[in-house]
Amino acid sequence: MVEAHSAAAAVGATDPALLALAGKAAWAILLTPLICAVAILLVGIHRKSFAMAAAVGGLATSLICTLFLFFQASQGHLAVPFEVSVTWISLGGLSIPFGVLIDNLSLIMTLVVTGIGSGIFLYSVGYMHDDAAASRYFGMLSLFAFSILTIVLSTNWIQLFIGWELVGFCSYMLIGHWYAKPSAAAAGNKAFIVNRVADFGFIIGILWLWSVSSTASDDRTVHFATLMARLPVLVESGAVPVATLSVIGLLLFCGPVGKSAQFPLHVWLPDAMEGPTPVSALIHAATMVAAGVYMLCRTFWLFEMIPSTLNVILYVGAATAFLAAALGFAENDLKRILAFSTLSQLGYMVMAIGLGGPVAAMYHLTTHACFKALLFLGAGSVIHGTHEQNIWKLGGLTRSMRWTSLTFLIGSLALIGFPGLSGFFSKDEILVLAREHNLPIYLLATLTAGMTAFYTGRLWFVAFMGKGHAHGHESPPVMLGPLFFLAGLSVVAGYIGIPAWLGEHHEAFHWDVALTSTAAVAAGVTISWLLYSKRAIAAGSLVRALALPQSFVENRYYIDDIYTWYVQNIQQKIIAAGCAWFEQNIIIGAVNAVAALAQGLGRLLRLFQTGVVQTYVLVFVAGVLWLITRYLAVR
Amino acid sequence: MSINAWLLPLILFAPAVGALLLTLIPENRPDLVRRVAVLVTGISLAGALHAIFHYQTAAGGFQYEVLKPWLPQLGIQFHLGVDGIGVVLLLLHALCGFTGVLISYSIKQRVKEYYIFYLTLITGVFGVFMSLDLFCFYFFYEMAVIPMYPLIGIWGSDVKEEGRVKYSKQYATMKLTIYLTLGAVVALVGLLALYQWTGAQTFDIPTLQAMLADEPLSTAQQRWIFPLLFIGFGVIAPMWPFHSWSPMGHAAAPSAVSMLHAGVLMKLGSYAIIRIALPLLPQGAVYWLPWVASIVVMNILYGGFVALAQKDLKLIVGYSSSSHMGYVLLGIACLTPLSLTGAVMLMFGHGIMTALAFAIIGQLYDQTHTRWLPDLGGLAHQIPFIAGCGVIAAMASSGLPGFANFVSELLVFMGGWDKYPVQIVCGALGVVITSVYMLRVVRGTFFGPSKPEFEGHVHDAKTPFEKLPFIILVLALLITGSWPGPMLRLLESSTGPLVERILMNEPNTAPDSIQVHSPAKPGHASASNEHSEMN
Amino acid sequence: MVTVTHYVVASAALFCIGLAGVMSRRNVLMILLCVELMLNAANLLFVAYSKAWGNLHGQMIVFFVITVAAAEVTVGLAIAILMMRQRNTLDADAVQSMKW
Repeated sequence: MVEAHSAAAAVGATDPALLALAGKAAWAILLTPLICAVAILLVGIHRKSFAMAAAVGGLATSLICTLFLFFQASQGHLAVPFEVSVTWISLGGLSIPFGVLIDNLSLIMTLVVTGIGSGIFLYSVGYMHDDAAASRYFGMLSLFAFSILTIVLSTNWIQLFIGWELVGFCSYMLIGHWYAKPSAAAAGNKAFIVNRVADFGFIIGILWLWSVSSTASDDRTVHFATLMARLPVLVESGAVPVATLSVIGLLLFCGPVGKSAQFPLHVWLPDAMEGPTPVSALIHAATMVAAGVYMLCRTFWLFEMIPSTLNVILYVGAATAFLAAALGFAENDLKRILAFSTLSQLGYMVMAIGLGGPVAAMYHLTTHACFKALLFLGAGSVIHGTHEQNIWKLGGLTRSMRWTSLTFLIGSLALIGFPGLSGFFSKDEILVLAREHNLPIYLLATLTAGMTAFYTGRLWFVAFMGKGHAHGHESPPVMLGPLFFLAGLSVVAGYIGIPAWLGEHHEAFHWDVALTSTAAVAAGVTISWLLYSKRAIAAGSLVRALALPQSFVENRYYIDDIYTWYVQNIQQKIIAAGCAWFEQNIIIGAVNAVAALAQGLGRLLRLFQTGVVQTYVLVFVAGVLWLITRYLAVR
Repeated sequence: MSINAWLLPLILFAPAVGALLLTLIPENRPDLVRRVAVLVTGISLAGALHAIFHYQTAAGGFQYEVLKPWLPQLGIQFHLGVDGIGVVLLLLHALCGFTGVLISYSIKQRVKEYYIFYLTLITGVFGVFMSLDLFCFYFFYEMAVIPMYPLIGIWGSDVKEEGRVKYSKQYATMKLTIYLTLGAVVALVGLLALYQWTGAQTFDIPTLQAMLADEPLSTAQQRWIFPLLFIGFGVIAPMWPFHSWSPMGHAAAPSAVSMLHAGVLMKLGSYAIIRIALPLLPQGAVYWLPWVASIVVMNILYGGFVALAQKDLKLIVGYSSSSHMGYVLLGIACLTPLSLTGAVMLMFGHGIMTALAFAIIGQLYDQTHTRWLPDLGGLAHQIPFIAGCGVIAAMASSGLPGFANFVSELLVFMGGWDKYPVQIVCGALGVVITSVYMLRVVRGTFFGPSKPEFEGHVHDAKTPFEKLPFIILVLALLITGSWPGPMLRLLESSTGPLVERILMNEPNTAPDSIQVHSPAKPGHASASNEHSEMN
Repeated sequence: MVTVTHYVVASAALFCIGLAGVMSRRNVLMILLCVELMLNAANLLFVAYSKAWGNLHGQMIVFFVITVAAAEVTVGLAIAILMMRQRNTLDADAVQSMKW
């Protein structure tokens, strides 16, 4: 029944025994978290320590398998890309495989997911130790790991979509983990529904792409490699107009707009911070929100063919990067500042795709995953120690939580692109691309880099330095360990040759770009230092001077309000209530009217039934007489 | 092989014999009554499982056939048999019936009569799914409709709005019975016209099908009969705008009856269309189905929007059912092997999902005595197991991958994309609307702070026996959804030939379209072949 | 000479008297009596034609009618007695509970 086939697509010869082993390892990467999730949800739902052990152990197994494949591939023993798959649906002319695609791109992303994920899982053991529902949490976390790996290792569009939806579900469950809080439950709903709206476009795009993938109706495919070979030919021969493909591309881009929280569907991400902090780190910073960018990289051969769509992607990404960074200025919640920063950095990545640089995007994705996960875990450590999220009520954390502060500082520096740290290199790649292709975008991106430095500086100076006296206690080693691990990664990720691994030979270092951006960063940090640490400028006067943009930013450009207004007034009060009125009064009313008609007819006929026998006799006799006269008349 | 000869009668008559046995059991032994009901529906379930695992997919066609003369003077036979579609729906019904009996343990009033009617209903629906004779079919169809009347009228509950009665259960059951009977009569007119115009002196479906394949009715005749059958059966499907009996019928019925009603009874209509209207009237189908494809979009979107405006849990699920059955009808209307397979798969997936939803709502209602959304909240604190099942039902309904609904909706979309892209886009929009109201229900019912009035009063399903129906339904959804291959192959063995036979009859348009495409075809085909070889 | 015509006229007269009585009287006993009149009008006609055409079919029917009339009067009088007992009236219009 299950036909498994493995195919070495590249010419490189791989030892058959190794190939078989690699196939098993590839499946193990994908399926171990699933098995653990099922085990936790079935038998471990009331056994907390079992759930923790299974979740961490499962992902660690995936990590080991990934490392094995990674080393085999990097040593050249294993020819990549290679694919193992089973047929999930085979029906008439439709065949949908489900499998694992191993190539350099998926390996690096799998490493991010399993590596950073393992750290975060471990951290969760400490963070969620006292939570009564920790088993459900770890079960969902494992299921999430499976889902995101389904996306990352996907061989085709439908599998990608399956993972896409499943991560959405896990995100929904984890954001709403503390469901007793109405705001958490609402945030979960919002995240799921906003993503659903985006996925509406996404699935239409997939269907359309599938339908144009072949001129013969029984030869269509959703398989990446086949499409990659086939589409250029189809476009060239004119069977698929470029305009059609552009629309398909735009529809497909809807998916990342939702999942990677691009403008204007970014609204769910800040609210998603209602979830436990490790979830914010893993799902809403490092992996799931990056899945959109990953998808664009994975299928860049498609977007490459449609420059007009790439342009849209570019502007959406740039707008997100800039607008979200500005939102960071006025936010007071520790985690939400980081969320806006995530939005902004995702904007950078999408922008890089739009500039035609999937390698730069992927590079930034990887480094961002390291330092943003670090920042979130640091924030989690602060919340764990102080039970406070408002930066103005924090302060002086460098004294009470020394190690957390140190790692947070490293993460912040990596984020703003401090020379020598990972963020510096990856952001530099994107800026270089921007300068080559589009000068206004380059300027905007550099400005955004300065703004990033400003809000990060504000966060650091207010929450960590300051004269405040937040009574915190340092977190346990099980939480500090992952912090150190990620801090280490944030430092070294810029030096291990990720772009080269992804197939781009490193160009000469662009001093001008690097210097400009560093200057912008320095300016940003300095202004925030003057404002919030030195208090050289009274923040109050600045706020008064910038009252209008301030209120604009504080209300997040009123986008949430517009959506709320739409849902409450248009969707509920006009469309839904209108349909319900139509149902009640027209459709049910029509049925009732038919019933009333029958009843009325009955009531009318009832009048003839007087109950007086003599009347009946009279009518009867009159009838007989009438018949007799008729009879005689005819004679 | 010997078991195959009496497998279908066993499945069919086990509940009927059970109902007869119940008449002999004294009123004051409700536990014995329940055990008998569990036993006989369990036998049917085992039989249905045996049937689906031993169906010869490679051979296809009708299997496990039973043929006995009934009224030979009129050409009426007792003819049973199932194909791939029938066997899947048998399983659906057996699952819903069995779990429904388990859920009905909460019925405390006039238990014996309740189960007698319930088992009669189950027998009737089994009969419809396995009948291969039009008379037989109609007989069982009516047998399924009639017990609904007392079941809702006696054991049901009024639908309330803000505490006052919106639809009384008497109104709901009256409307349901009259509406369905009326639909059946319209269909009967069509069937009699078919019988008359064919002049075959037989009601046997395979015989009729063979005869009509050789000597089809004239196009005009087919165009007259098809809408009669489609509307007649479409009423129970339920097709917009004849759907209004269904949500309030669901809402007023006791939970187990809602489960059967929404889970299985609504599928009778679409099943009848697939089994009778499509194969016997192919030209009528080809002529009318484009209209149908547009009308059912109203089902999907309108049903979804009305569900958005409801606050009674059962009405929400009721309208969502009429919305989701729109996908089934859309799959039928698209008339491709993919979409039809998806439609039948969705009949299965939606049936199980709705049964699960109503089982959950029944549990809630029994304990909280309200289904009014604003009165509920925070129940995940008290009933985590049921809440978990609730999230699963909501996700299955919104078409999350891993559940049968996702696979089937995907197949309907893929199958229909070439013919009706606009309708498919609207259908995909319906999925978004579904997730909006379903998540609203989950959030409003289970999430939020714990409400004091529920603490201590509301109890979770604790024992394995109480959990059993939920576990069965969830597993059925998950297994068929995450590994759909076997079931799809089963369905394809029947839907494929069916669609082929219909499109063979398509007048003129088919050869034209082939000619239009043919000049471009060879070049591309060879080009793409080369590339697939390269890979 | 008494011809068939005389019998027919007498019978018609009897019938019309009975019919008028059924239609105009309110008393149940009177209605029953009038019904008897109409039945006997029919009997008279049967006997007359039986004599005129020389066979016994008509006379046979008359015995039938007499039997049926006896049964009818039995039931009718029983109803009248019950009416008197329960409603204390013999007015036909007063008994209307079967009317909608």
